[in-house]
Amino acid sequence: MSDQLIQIEHLRKSFGGNEVLKGIDLTISRGDAIAIIGQSGCGKSVLLKHLIRLLKPDEGTVTFDGQDIATADSRWLREMRYRVGVLFQSAALFDSMSVAENVGLGLKESREYSPKQIAEKVAEKLDLVGLGSATNKYPSELSGGMRKRVGLARAIATDPEVLLYDEPTTGLDPITSDMINDLIVDLRDKLNVTSIAVTHDMVSAYKIADRIVMLYDGVVQFDGTPKDAQTTDDPIVQQFINGRAIGPIQVR
Amino acid sequence: MNHALESLGRRGVNFVAKTGGIFFMMVKFIASLKDIPFSLRLIVEQIYLVGVRSLPLIITISIFIGAVSVWQAAYQFKFIGAPLRLLGQAVGKAVVIELAPVLSALVFAGRVGAGITAELGTMRVTEQIDALESMGISPIRYLVLPRVVASTLMLPFLVIFANFVAILGGVIVSVAGVAVSSETFLNGFRDSFNLSDFNNGLIKAAVFGFLIGIVGCYEGFNAGGGAQGVGKATTSAVVVASVLILVSNFVFALMLFRI
Ligand SMILES: Nc1ncnc2c1ncn2[C@@H]1O[C@H](COP(=O)(O)OP(=O)(O)OP(=O)(O)O)[C@@H](O)[C@H]1O
Ligand SMILES: [Mg+2]
Repeated sequence: MSDQLIQIEHLRKSFGGNEVLKGIDLTISRGDAIAIIGQSGCGKSVLLKHLIRLLKPDEGTVTFDGQDIATADSRWLREMRYRVGVLFQSAALFDSMSVAENVGLGLKESREYSPKQIAEKVAEKLDLVGLGSATNKYPSELSGGMRKRVGLARAIATDPEVLLYDEPTTGLDPITSDMINDLIVDLRDKLNVTSIAVTHDMVSAYKIADRIVMLYDGVVQFDGTPKDAQTTDDPIVQQFINGRAIGPIQVR
Repeated sequence: MNHALESLGRRGVNFVAKTGGIFFMMVKFIASLKDIPFSLRLIVEQIYLVGVRSLPLIITISIFIGAVSVWQAAYQFKFIGAPLRLLGQAVGKAVVIELAPVLSALVFAGRVGAGITAELGTMRVTEQIDALESMGISPIRYLVLPRVVASTLMLPFLVIFANFVAILGGVIVSVAGVAVSSETFLNGFRDSFNLSDFNNGLIKAAVFGFLIGIVGCYEGFNAGGGAQGVGKATTSAVVVASVLILVSNFVFALMLFRI
């Protein structure tokens, strides 16, 4: 087994006339902890969705474990998706289901667990995100930050080997944010989960990632360690991580 | 001029895309039928939501369908001088063959088809359908299969009720408003009743239910652009389903009821 888990080559994607990804090249190895940063609307969520074929490339390929996912059959795809947990930017909770049902759905549909095992796992994951008491609530009764955390519990419910987080700490208070950061670090350290997190929160990025990838104008502008990111003389990266309105990046 | 042509062209493209999309949805639904054993709980749930919960509405409209049919038939009989004892035969045929299946289907499209599109459309724009897929769960099996199975099975079931209740409504009006006794009315109905008409009505209802479910799912899956997009998709689902019901009903008339 090679160390390379995901390979993105020359990935291009447009919506109508709007070219969002203009040739992304990125290789992700097992155990990597990547933070993807970049301006709002630059295509971070779109990139994440390509990794599990929720979107298909216009050009270029995404390879997972040696298999081009665009040409994979539905069975392979299903198995691949079992191995990947996703936290959506909007949390995307099923609003007809309680918190417990949301978190347990993947377990239940895999038909590998008894109801009792599912209940135990659900309780365990909800405790991890600090929501052990919200089991029987419905998504509409939760705050934005609570929804995010239920989404996170759902993403990790099936103990996936790869986790995609779309802004895991956005909308959380600093203390809860830190708790989620710790959880993400724990998952990586204890279970050797490969994680790819989109984030705007540089504190979080430095904490959870050992590799920072910056998207700019549809391509990878920067790819390196957090330390490199802080010391690079690339003005675009500097402007972004230091959060300055003045610089080469124009706010669109 | 150029503008108008362009707009016409775009509509043409949309029409073709929609027709293809609806057809493709049917193919995917049929391919998912093998998963029925794993979806029984979801199907039962939808049967309840789609079928049982529609019963009060169908009963209400059916009383009035029977009532107005008798009233209008009596009105016309008066003009052409037809004997009122034939009232039960004329109205019975019309209800069983056309009125109960078609009007129930149109109401069902408004209630159930629109409901399916609104629900699935919201799930689409809030990424819930993406979330299902990301968990390795097929949205076709999980969402489309139970809804289409339920609407295909339940519309005929509702039409059986609609037939009974419409005849009941007809009896009430004929006794109270037209002075034809219930025996006369029901005898006339029985004389003209034909089991194959009744069955054909149910077959039509099953096809209408299938179309309503498929169109509802297709429109919901293809909703885009937030709440406004979901609203548009819902309107479109009711319009498309209604047109398909009436067109296919005419095709049925040509096929099943040979003159
Ligand atoms: N399904 C879609 N249809 C059309 N355009 C889309 C779609 N999804 C994304 N886009 C467009 O792609 C671009 C990138 O969107 P994306 O959601 O990836 O941004 P992002 O980098 O995640 O931004 P943010 O940080 O604000 O979440 C945007 O211009 C958006 O309008
Ligand atoms: Mg995003």
